[in-house]
Parts: sequence; C-alpha cells; structure tokens
Amino acid sequence: MNLEDLSDITEEVAEAAKSRRHCVRVCMAASCQSCGSGEVLEGLQAQAKQNADDDVCIKPVGCMGLCSAGPLVSVDSDQPATELLYQDVTADDTEELYRSLDDDPLERLRCRTDVPFFSRQQKIVLRNSGIIDPEQIDDYIAAGGYRSLMRAVTEMTREDVLREVKESGLRGRGGGGYPAGLKWATVAMAPEPHKYVICNADEGDPGAFMDRAVLESDPHRVLEGMALAGYAVGAEHAYIYIRAEYPLAVERLKTAIKQATKKGLLGRRICETAHSFEVEVRLGAGAFVCGEETALMASIEGQRGQPRPRPPYPAEEGLWKCPTLINNVETLANIPAIVGKGGAWFKSIGTERSTGTKVFALAGRIANSGLIEVPMGIPLGEIVNEIGGGIPDGRRFKAVQTGGPSGGCLPEQYLDMPVEYDTLRSAGSIMGSGGMIVMDETSSMVDVARYFMEFCMDESCGKCVPCRAGTVQLYGLLDKIADGEATPSDLELLEELCDVVQATSLCGLGQTAPNPVLSTLRYFRHEYEEKLRPESERMPRMQIVTLDD
Amino acid sequence: MTHPPVASNPGPKVRVVTLKIDDHDVGARETDSILEIAHANGIRIPALCYLDGLSTWGACRLCMVEIEGVSKPVSACSTTASEGMKITTNSERLKRYRRMILELLFAERNHVCSVCVSNGHCELQDLAAECGMDHVRVPYRNATYNIDSSHDLFRVDHNRCVVCTRCVRVCDEIEGAHTWDVMGRGVNCQVITDLNQPWGDSQSCTSCGKCVQVCPTGALVKKGTAAGEMEKHDDFVPYLAQMRKRQ
Repeated sequence: MNLEDLSDITEEVAEAAKSRRHCVRVCMAASCQSCGSGEVLEGLQAQAKQNADDDVCIKPVGCMGLCSAGPLVSVDSDQPATELLYQDVTADDTEELYRSLDDDPLERLRCRTDVPFFSRQQKIVLRNSGIIDPEQIDDYIAAGGYRSLMRAVTEMTREDVLREVKESGLRGRGGGGYPAGLKWATVAMAPEPHKYVICNADEGDPGAFMDRAVLESDPHRVLEGMALAGYAVGAEHAYIYIRAEYPLAVERLKTAIKQATKKGLLGRRICETAHSFEVEVRLGAGAFVCGEETALMASIEGQRGQPRPRPPYPAEEGLWKCPTLINNVETLANIPAIVGKGGAWFKSIGTERSTGTKVFALAGRIANSGLIEVPMGIPLGEIVNEIGGGIPDGRRFKAVQTGGPSGGCLPEQYLDMPVEYDTLRSAGSIMGSGGMIVMDETSSMVDVARYFMEFCMDESCGKCVPCRAGTVQLYGLLDKIADGEATPSDLELLEELCDVVQATSLCGLGQTAPNPVLSTLRYFRHEYEEKLRPESERMPRMQIVTLDD
Repeated sequence: MTHPPVASNPGPKVRVVTLKIDDHDVGARETDSILEIAHANGIRIPALCYLDGLSTWGACRLCMVEIEGVSKPVSACSTTASEGMKITTNSERLKRYRRMILELLFAERNHVCSVCVSNGHCELQDLAAECGMDHVRVPYRNATYNIDSSHDLFRVDHNRCVVCTRCVRVCDEIEGAHTWDVMGRGVNCQVITDLNQPWGDSQSCTSCGKCVQVCPTGALVKKGTAAGEMEKHDDFVPYLAQMRKRQ
C-alpha cells in the first residue's frame, strides 16, 4: 500500500458512487438495530432485488446520532443539511419508501434536518459516522482514511507527529483530561525497546455510549489513531481492551483489523516501511473498574482486574512492566484528523484550555436522546435546550448529570456555563467520558445519588478498605435517607464518610465515588433535609421517577 | 527495620536523599518507601496490609500521610522518598481518616474480640486502641460468613478477615505455593484456597503455616486454640524474603 493505491481506491469508490442512481443508508448501529433496522435493511435490499435495480445501493452504515428517532434511513446526500432523513422506519414502510426514491419524499416519516440537533454540531470524530459502511475499509479510505498514517510513516518523523499532537492541545477524552501530547512524549522518551499502545474501550458509565458508537460506526479511524500513536511513541504492539457487552463493536473491530492487515496498513511492515504495528483485541469480562488504567493492564496480563498504586505510571511501567501509552477511544479517533490537518487547526476549535470537539451521549429526560459532537466551550444550556430539544412533556429542567458515577449533577444556574474540563470541575462535576443524563423536576436527587452509589458499591473491586467497606455504608445511609428514616446525624456521617472515601481510596473509582453525593448535597441540600423531617412536616411527595425506567 | 548486611555485589547505584518526617530530619535511599523510612527511624505509622518482606499492596489506606505541597494524602507504603519532602504522619485530619477506616473494617465483618482466639494479640485490635477508635458510628453489617475447619492444623474464619491479602502474598512470594487468592468483588471479596475448594482438600497447600503467622487478625489460626491463645510471629518474613532474593 502506498499513497497512490489509496488514491486508486478513492477513485474507484467515487466512480461507483457516480454510476448509482440512489444511495440509501440504513443505520445499523446497536441502538437502531435494537428497534428493528436490520429488517428495514433487508426489506430495502429485497425491494432493490425485486425491481432488479443495480444502480440503487442499499448501504448499512453507523450511527446517525438521533438514536431516539431510530431506525433512521437517509437518502442520497451525505451532508445532513441537504439530506433526506427518515425516522421511525419499520419493515412495513420499506416498499413505500423504496417507491418514493424516484418520486416526492415520503413526508409521513420525514425527519427534519434543519433543526439545531444537526446544524449546531461540528464533527471530527463522528465525521464518517452514519455515512460510510463500517465493514468496508474502502469506504473509509475513500473518505480520506489512512492518509494521515501513510503520510506519517513515509514523510514525517516521530517528532513531527508528536509535535502536532502536542500543539493540538488534545486532552484525554476518557475523563481525566490529561494532555495527550504530554503522555505521548513521556512514553516516547522511555528508553526501553518494547512498548505498548492500549486503546481503552471499556466504557462503563451508565448512560454513556460514545465509544460504542464510534467503534461501531468508524472502527478504522480508531485503528489509524492507534497506529499513529504506535509510530509516534515507538510501539509495535497494541491492545484494544473492549467490554464484551459490545458484541457488535467487537465484531466490526475484528473485521476492520483483518481488512487493514490484509491491505498492509496494520501488521508487519506497515505501508511498506520498517515500522510494524500489530493490534490485538482483548475482551473485558464486565468489571467497571477495568476501565481504570492499572486495573485494565492487570486484566490484559491475565491477572485479577484490580488497580495498583501509581506511580509508577503506565508511561513508565505499564503492561508487563513496559512503557505503555493508554488512551481512550475518542482520544485516538481524533488523532488522524490532527495529524492530517495539523495541530494548529485542531487548536482553533474549542477553547484555549479545552481544544477540539467532544462527543456527548444525551440520555434521560430529554427530547432528542442520542449522540452529538460539539465544539468545546459550548454553553451547557445550548446542548440541553437547543441540540437536545429541551425537556419533553412540558416539565421543568432540574439538573444534568455529567461524568457518570464519578461526576456530579449541575443545576439550572450552570446552563450558561461553557462546557470545558476546568469549568465543569470547578462546578463540582467532571467532563468524564461524555455521558449526559438530563433530569427533570420529577427526579429525586437523593435517588440519583443512591443510584450511582449502588453502582459504585457493586463495581468496587474490593481491594482498598475505604471503597470496599465505605461505599456499602454510603449506600446504606443514602437508602435510609431516601426512605425517610434518617436523622440529622446520619447526614453528618454521610458527609464525613464522603470525605474519607474521596481522600483515601486507592484508585479513581473510589476517589470519585462520593462525587454524585457531594454535588447533589451542594446544590440540592434541601432535598436531603426535607427527607430528614418528620413525615407530617414534609412537602407533598412528587412522583418519583428513577433512572431505571 | 533491620536489613541484613549488603552483599558483595552492591547492585545498581541508588541515590540518598534527605527528608523531613514530622520535624525529624532523616536520610534514606530514594528507592525506600516513606513507611520503611519512618519505621527505620522509629517513627510509627499505622498500617495493616503492609508487612516487611512482602510486596507492597497499598490497600488498607491506614498509612496515609500528608506531603507538603500535595493536596491529597498518599499511602506511605507505596510512595518513595524524594529530596526535601516534608511529611506529616499524624495530623488531626489523618487521625480522623484512620479512625473512620477502622470503623469501616469493624463494621464490615464480625469482629467479636471477646470470643476471638486472637484477642489480645490482634493487629486490628491494637490499631483501634492506637488510633483511638473506641466506638463504631456506622451500622454493623452483620453478614454471615463461613468458617473452614477442613485443614488438619489450621482454620480460616472469614468473619475475622480484613482482606489484607498478606496470606495470599506470603504463600505466593515466600512459600511459592500460591494456594491462596481472592475471589469476588466489592464487599463480597473473600480469600480462597485453590479454586475455592475446602482448605483441607487443597492440592497445593504445603501446610507450612506461614499464612497463619502473617495474618493480622483471628482469621487464620491454629486449631486447638481457645479465646486469646493464638499468638503469631511474623518476624521470619524479612529474612526469608532476603534469602530468596540471594538465590
């Protein structure tokens, strides 16, 4: 493979596209598949076969974003502004839909694309998502894929690649927000001959599905990012640690690795150079703590998935004691664009201290739940009210939960706040991996805190005492408060326990486990205090809606 | 802490640093942990999972200390010394944390000292006395735990276990049998023999009894002991660890 081969493939694909009368794209990501997009795809393909239309292409693609309106089908254009998008398509609609291709659009199923949900987004990571077929490497190459890698290994030095990543200001998208360039440089500097790259795809926060969507919709982008990372830091082996609960993403990833290896873009001597890069998939067996980097590496090594004290950091002593670069899926998915268009271009997007875009998974009491990508620094309110379409059923907004079980709940007064790593932290939450759960006035904040504490309690690995024995007690106290059986001294004890668990736990999971409690105590303390009063003095109970339903 | 004399091969060069622990100026090798340095200089830092001669585990979180300029406390057993460090081992905040951690441990399982064979010789009990933990504010969980008496010589009582994994480490690192390991997660963690088989049926156990001697509580005990009769001696561990390294 060389640059010319890539151009040839691009031309071939473009040629084929030109000869087509129509191209119908059916979302085949997990969310749309779960509401029957598989049958829609089969129905449309059957129609094309029945009509013997060779020049109509029915294409399975990745996530189109608006998961709440799925199954989604788009016709012809690949630009959201001009495309014809159909929502809630069922297998029964396929015949009518197919007939409408050469006719007027089918207004009954049409989904408006001139709404903020589509127009306010800016896509880097999700650029190909919903447009290319994730199981066809040629589609990715035709969309400009693997050019950054090819250019890097043939024309750029390692330092050039590192410089671009450093200049981009990219920060880790897994939650911590550690500067990616700094991490890369540390691993690159390590003198050891054997190094590893790990892609952390063990996405476990409740309500977060960004990494799943990226891997299901555009797996080659992540692989290209990993190969670039491997070239920059001098690693020839890589692992993708992905949770087994994502079977579709695993399958597509394995297909993608096979295809890229066959084309000489991964494996030994990639792109006809001396650099090798072999990628292996490892499945996580369902432990949230394995998303913590030291536990993740222990799990890859075949040990019990438990964190260990840091330092030494993985960059110094990681997998099998070798220097290891460990990045999240979304971080790596940004790399091909950064190397291709330059770090300065990336830095021009977003804000000074949080550059680029961020993918968020909108869930909860919000009209448009789904996947969005927006520039950093966008006001929180714009995400909730405009892109997200606000709260359904005429209810009032109450809070938005960011950062999963390690994050916090932000109330109404923060809707004007720009979404950045540092602003979120100062407001008592974190960016996290990108889950956003919106809550309306019917949600009880004590229940929210209890829900997340139950999650942390179940997912504690049991190694350190504050997390193992502390989360159990925190859950018990929250349960008591939620049931209205607690006394003011229980609330005091709750706060003291939060402090101990936060300050003394071994890993990030334990240290951040009290965050949902602390942030709800900070902004909704009255709800806790209300529960402490004798029953006769309490306000009439609102209907409580838990996150489970 | 006692170190046997340095062997003829001094190994890679290690720098020496000076630091301050609770206003005591001390010198140390930069590969030493804060806990080792403190103990070598007669400064007591409470710890439970740490045992001289075994690998560092960093799980009990009792040895948390404050370093000037670092916002969060760090565990002394897993943090190495660096030049000019100023360490506080006994602030009010740390004392509060230690008391709470001990309360959590006492409430987690069923530590009933008066009927325990280790009464009076128990590290958990001693730590509670040392840290001033005189009552437990969090509710006791009162969960049911098993006792395995299937071994001819020893018994494991999970009611008294604090999951410090000293038994796991000594069995793996010193004896080399790796009979012990941990199963389950969170509060359901439990030490097990072999693949969660009765200890008496274990194929790998050599019945050496090291696990019993290093266990800080009455979880692993010799059979035939009555309340308060189980005394343990773990001072052999550093020597065996040194001997193994020299081989």
